Amino acid sequence: MGVGTLTEIIVVTSGKGGVGKTTTSASLAVGLAKRGKKVAVIDFDVGLRNLDLIMGCERRVVYDFVNVINGECTLKQALIKDKRYDSLFILAASQTRDKDALSRDGVDKVLKELAEDGFDFVICDSPAGIEKGAALAMYFADRAVVVVNPEVSSVRDSDRILGLLASKTRRAELGNGAVEQNLLLTRYNPNRVESGDMMSIADVQEILGIEVVGVIPESEGVLAASNAGIPVILDETSNAGLAYDDAVARLLGENRPLRFIDAQKKSLLSRLFRS
Amino acid sequence: MGILDFFKNKPKNTANVAKERLRIIVAQERAQRDSPDYLPTLRREILEVIKKYVNVDPDAVLISVERDGEHEVLELSVALPEKANAALGNG
Ligand SMILES: Nc1ncnc2c1ncn2[C@@H]1O[C@H](COP(=O)(O)OP(=O)(O)OP(=O)(O)O)[C@@H](O)[C@H]1O
Ligand SMILES: [Mg+2]
Repeated sequence: MGVGTLTEIIVVTSGKGGVGKTTTSASLAVGLAKRGKKVAVIDFDVGLRNLDLIMGCERRVVYDFVNVINGECTLKQALIKDKRYDSLFILAASQTRDKDALSRDGVDKVLKELAEDGFDFVICDSPAGIEKGAALAMYFADRAVVVVNPEVSSVRDSDRILGLLASKTRRAELGNGAVEQNLLLTRYNPNRVESGDMMSIADVQEILGIEVVGVIPESEGVLAASNAGIPVILDETSNAGLAYDDAVARLLGENRPLRFIDAQKKSLLSRLFRS
Repeated sequence: MGILDFFKNKPKNTANVAKERLRIIVAQERAQRDSPDYLPTLRREILEVIKKYVNVDPDAVLISVERDGEHEVLELSVALPEKANAALGNG
């Protein structure tokens, strides 16, 4: 307690795989650090380490989350300091095939130590699914950023995640106030929404009933960023990067209107010749 | 290809279809989430019994537990096919 209560633990979760959790975790972490916050971002995807690649620090991984939990190294030794921001640290997932390598007590211990070290935010990048890894990633959260693609299976899975957030978290168990739930809609394509073959922000929000913290457009910049190991939020020429920056501002309580949510007007010519 | 697309009829609005499907799925799953674990089995068994007498669709049986003050009420609704309805004479 005391210092610990100042640390906000955010889980980035989705249920469905491949929707953009790791992309989001990396960009939120960088965006918060850019604003001077002390941030740790943790990869909970045991066996499928990924976050280090998106952050561009894969060659500096010596120890991982499981090593810390098992006491094989200190937390300090395992935290990888970001090359761009002094206040940003990455904790890599273990590549072990042992699904039980993470324990609730172990995770609790690491989170407590981060709180004692004065971290402002801990971002937990959840694995897909609703099994142990995902359950542990959300258990200690104060806030959940629920990453959703505008498609039926992703929205359905997200609703299941909302159910788990409301029952299978420390806050739920202690009756300690609900985990704050934010919707981050990503791979959004305004043109397809306008033509009627993609659900709109309002559609998804109406089904899930939670507040929107960001809408990230489908963007080529995301692949380029992951190729380079530079989180897309640092690419100011990419709409996805700018949209992530808005999302970070909203997480910090700023009021920013949504951008990049309207269809691009196409000329008759480009409509005739679209592939 | 582009030219053909342009002159084709507007495609059906699949986003609306997606939304309608989700509305139902999510409502069902939320109801299930807050209900006892035995409900799915109970529903299956009731369906089996009904099928001995009437040929109903699997989705014709809806079952849920509603809270009514201090009581819990088991709600069961069975949609009978039209013919069966007539045969039973309950209009
Ligand atoms: N806004 C976007 N525009 C285009 N591509 C995107 C966008 N967001 C994510 N992607 C792509 O989607 C893929 C999955 O992204 P990511 O790895 O972040 O998902 P994930 O939810 O972490 O997956 P997993 O469930 O496997 O952990 C990647 O190839 C990524 O480049
Ligand atoms: Mg991931």
